Formats: sequence, structure tokens, C-alpha cells
Amino acid sequence: MLYKLAWRNIWRNKRRTFITMGSVFFAVMLAILMRSLQEGSYEKMIENVVSFYTGYVQIHKEGYWDDQVLDNSFEATPVIKTATSSLPSVNEAVPRLESFALAASDSTSEPCLVVGADPEKENVLTGLQNKLVKGDYFKTGSAGAMIAEGLSEKLQLGVGDTLVLIGSGYHGVSAAGKYPITGLVRFGSPDLNDRLVYLPLEKAQIFYGAEGRLTSYALNLSNPDDYKAVVKDLKKGLDEGQYEIMDWTEMMPELVQMIESDRGGGIIMMGVLYVIIAFGMFGTVLMMIAERQYEFGVMTAVGMKKRKLATMVGLETIFISAMGIITGAIASLPFVLYFYYNPIYLGDSMAEAYAQFGMEAVFPTSLDPAIFINQALTVLVFAVLVSIYPAIKIMQIDPVKAMHT
Amino acid sequence: MSVIITKNIYKTYPGVVPVHAVNGVSIDITEGEFTAIVGPSGSGKTTLLNIIGGLDKPTSGEVIVNNQDISQLSNNELIDFRLHNIGFVFQAYNLIPVLTAKENVEFVMLLQKRAKEERDNRVAELLDAVGLGDRMNNRPSQMSGGQQQRVAVARALAPKPKFVLADEPTANLDSTSTSNLLDIMAELNRKENITFVFSTHDQRVIDRARRVITLEDGKIVSDVTRE
Ligand SMILES: Nc1ncnc2c1ncn2[C@@H]1O[C@H](COP(=O)(O)OP(=O)(O)O)[C@@H](O)[C@H]1O
Ligand SMILES: [Mg+2]
Repeated sequence: MLYKLAWRNIWRNKRRTFITMGSVFFAVMLAILMRSLQEGSYEKMIENVVSFYTGYVQIHKEGYWDDQVLDNSFEATPVIKTATSSLPSVNEAVPRLESFALAASDSTSEPCLVVGADPEKENVLTGLQNKLVKGDYFKTGSAGAMIAEGLSEKLQLGVGDTLVLIGSGYHGVSAAGKYPITGLVRFGSPDLNDRLVYLPLEKAQIFYGAEGRLTSYALNLSNPDDYKAVVKDLKKGLDEGQYEIMDWTEMMPELVQMIESDRGGGIIMMGVLYVIIAFGMFGTVLMMIAERQYEFGVMTAVGMKKRKLATMVGLETIFISAMGIITGAIASLPFVLYFYYNPIYLGDSMAEAYAQFGMEAVFPTSLDPAIFINQALTVLVFAVLVSIYPAIKIMQIDPVKAMHT
Repeated sequence: MSVIITKNIYKTYPGVVPVHAVNGVSIDITEGEFTAIVGPSGSGKTTLLNIIGGLDKPTSGEVIVNNQDISQLSNNELIDFRLHNIGFVFQAYNLIPVLTAKENVEFVMLLQKRAKEERDNRVAELLDAVGLGDRMNNRPSQMSGGQQQRVAVARALAPKPKFVLADEPTANLDSTSTSNLLDIMAELNRKENITFVFSTHDQRVIDRARRVITLEDGKIVSDVTRE
């Protein structure tokens, strides 16, 4: 009966109900769109950075992260393989040997980052093969190198030309090698696009005089959200003094910080929006109970408990909010979906700024249901808060005074 | 058997000049009465009815309803007490605007958690009795003032209360509606043996009462029962 009463009551003043509902509608729609854009951009950033290159978890020799040199490489012993393959959430440990070198053509030379990698495993982790724009993907056993497009332009070398690498290897040995360029890859980040050279792992190990050695294992997780548990388990399984096990938040603290502060800003904006809406609702409810004093008086006089009356009025607020929430969420869907399939490009200047973090400045929205649910719950909490004062007022109703007009 | 006994009740509103709205009233109302509380405006009729009905508390004195001293009850207990013992008809705007005639009559029975079948039967019976069997699904705004008051009487009677208190139920009605409502009240009083206490200052209404208690300045100045 309370539901029926509440439902009918909200339609007594249709205009007011529609105005209140409308304000909730727009707030929810805006908030969802805003949050979805934000979270989408974070997801994209993390995805960009993390599955683009670092992976969610990495294993190095202790001290490597702070001093990324070949002398801090480690021997690829079965111990690590055993430890990682015993964890069900780790799909694969992707081996790498990375270091800097000088890439040279006939006319010029450029600093580059040589990544020795397992072509198949690397592709599963980072989707490297999708970045191939010309030629063939690199192969285990072949001597062919794959270089980034930007670097190829700088060096004026293309597929079929020969790349010369010069550098210093493990324990200071001098490293030099000639590799046919078999493929070009393109990266969104100019930083990577101007620098990267991929060699099959064993070729890189030979080049650097670091046979059997790696600088890192990047772990491919079946569920990226598990990264914390994986780190914990590995720390138990591996000798901590010998290896460092890091998750992406440790490897990319700037990214985490940037996301947190940006998210904080978004939430404050949303909070302000909701507080304004809440005040509007509050005013409406106050007006409504002032107008209905007599009626409330009659209802308590004939035996309706005030608690029930307060519940009824609370339900009215909740119904109005719920309708605003549901319609707002539904109305936000086409926009969220549109920007999911047609991601926002932030423009060239932003692209450059983002590129410094190794990110593409293209941002689809997030479809995470948590965004919708959180908005709905936030508005509901506000609706309940807004109902508290009227509830107190109703508990104080004296039927004689209420009906004394 | 007495349904309502008041013992020397006073209701005083403090002020520069304190108002004794009810000034030492002792009455005894027995089951089945059809009694009018009469008196000019401001004589204390509403205040007295509110006290008897447990809507208001006397400044001093005892109110015993159904052998229970209701001045001892808390506000919350009073709500329950009213729900289960008293039917109310007010001067106007008795009905819940968003409910139909049927739902308004059913309302108190719902609060009492009566079974659906019992409610349906009683509602149909009472709306027929007040001549609104064909208005079951009308909302108050679709009914005249007289029809609304008849629905209010039906609502008051629906749970078969110990007695019905009606504060100037005809004050806003024309003479046809007034006599019509009085006919219905008298008929239900006779048929269901439900005690009616109503206030009025309308002579045509006073003429229909079997007992007339006259108030002046909060005091009983006459108490006449006629057969
Ligand atoms: N809440 C109140 N505060 C002060 N005086 C009141 C209040 N309610 C009623 N009175 C006074 O009490 C007296 C009786 O009022 P009431 O019971 O309403 O009379 P009636 O119903 O016979 O017209 C009047 O003088 C009225 O002004
Ligand atoms: Mg009065």
C-alpha cells in the first residue's frame, strides 16, 4: 500500500516531478558520460602502457629497475619458469633482453633500444604483430631485425636494407652486428617509434655477449586484475634478495599518480553537481510536505503510524530519483557507446603530451558496469539523505496542529 | 455500558489571558448513543472531541475509553489505540486524494492488516449503505463534498470501531446533503449499533440527535436525552 500511495503521490504534481526527475536525469547522464570517458581514458592509458610494453608484472634481477644496464641481467634459470608456471593466473612469462645501442646506416646513426624478444610470446603479450606496417614479422632462428617506422625514416633504411648495430655488451664487451631489416612496426608514441629495434632473443643475446641471460620476464596474466596476488605469490616462491618482482603500479608510479589525481578531480566535479541536484530535491520535498500537512494529519489521526508515513515520503523521493537514474543511465548509453566505437582524439598537442608516457591520445569510453552502478548508488544515497529531514518533520507531526487550518 | 467517560477534564491554552478551551467537563457516553455536542463557535467542541479521540491530551482530568485510561498512553500507543477503537470524520478533506473511494474506505482496514476478502466485503457493503456503490473507483476530486463526507463515514465505520467521532461533519454541506448524511449516520447507528458522537451548531442536525450536550465557554450548560 505504501508503494501504491507513494507512486500515485508523485504524479499529483506532474510538473514538479518532471523537473526533479529531469535534474536527476541530466546529472546522472552527464556524470556517467564524464566518468565513462575518464575511466575509459585510464583504462586505455594503462592498457597502452602496460600491455603495450611493460606487462602487468615483471621479474628482474634485484636492482635492475633502478639501474637498467646489462650487468644487472640474470641467467634464465628454470627456477623462474617453475615459479611462474605453477601460478594458474600467469599464462606466460615473456623473456626479454633489452639495452641501448647505436643504429647506423650509410649516412647517419641514431640511438636505439634493442629488444631481444621471443616473437610469438611477445605478440601474445603486446600484440606486436598488429603494429607491423611493412614486411614480415620477426622470427626465431632468423637473423632479421624489425625496426620502428620512425627510426627507419631517420636512418633512411627500409625493408631489405641492412641495419648496423654498435654498442657495448655484457661486462663491457664491445658489441657489433649486421641485420637485414625484414619488417617495420609503428608505435603511437613517437618516443618508441623513433627508437625501437626488435631482434629475436638469441640474436640479441649473441649481439650483447649475454648468452642465456635476460633483463626481464614480463608476465602475461589471464586476468590483469590479479596482478597483486601474482606479485605476492611470486615473492613467496622466488628468492627475494636475488630477484625483484614489480607490478605496473610500481613500474609506472607517474601513471598511477596522474590517474588518481585526475580521477579525484572528476569525482569532486561530480560531487558538486550532485550536491546542487540534492538541494533541488530537498527544496521540492520540503515544499511537498508543507503542502500536505493536513493530509498527513488526517492519516495519523485515523491510525497510520508516522514511521509508515515517513517511509511513504521517502519512497516518493526514491521513486523520483530512481526514475531519473534509470532514464539518465539509459540515455547515457548511446553516447557512451558512440564514444566507445568512435573514440575521442585529444588533438595533436595533447597527443604529444601523452606520447611522453608512451601513450596514444585516442580515448574510447569505459563500458565498466561499475560506473553505472556507482552513479546509481550515489544518487540513491543522496535521495535517502534528502529524505532524512522530511522524515524527522513527519515524526514530529501533531495531527491536531496539522489539521488546524 | 459506558464507552467514553471523562472525569473533570480541563484544557488550558497558556497566554497573556489563558484560554480554558475545555473547562471541567465530565460526561459518560454509553454504547449505541447518537449524541450531538453543540455550542457556538469557540465553545470547545473540537477540543473536547480531540481529547476523547486521543488526538489531544487534557491539561488535567481523566479520559477513560473502553475502560482504558488513555491519558497514560504514549503518542505512538495512541495512534494504535485510535486505529483499533475509533472512527473519525472531520469537517472536510477527510479523504486521501490519491486513493479511490473504495481504497479510502479500505485504508484503515489495511492499516489493521485485515484479510483481503473481509476488506472487499465490508467496503462494498458500506459504500452501498452510503449510496455510493457506483462510485467505488472515483477519486475524491471526482466527488461532491457530500459524497466525500459519506465516503468518510464509510471509512470511519469500516473496521467496526467502538465509536465514531465526527467534528462538524455537515459544516460544509448544503441542506440536502446534510439530511442525507444524517440519515445514513442514523441508519448505521441503528443497524450496526455503533456509537456516534458528533459536534454541530446546525439546528437541523441538533434535531436529529437523541442526546444533546451543550457547551458554552468549555463548560456543559445542558445535557438532554430524548426518546
Ligand atoms: N491551539 C490553540 N491555541 C490556543 N487556543 C486555542 C487552540 N485551539 C483552540 N483554542 C481556543 O480554544 C477555544 C475552543 O476552541 P474549539 O475547541 O476549536 O471550539 P469549537 O470547535 O467549538 O469552535 C477557542 O477559544 C479557541 O480559540
Ligand atoms: Mg470546531
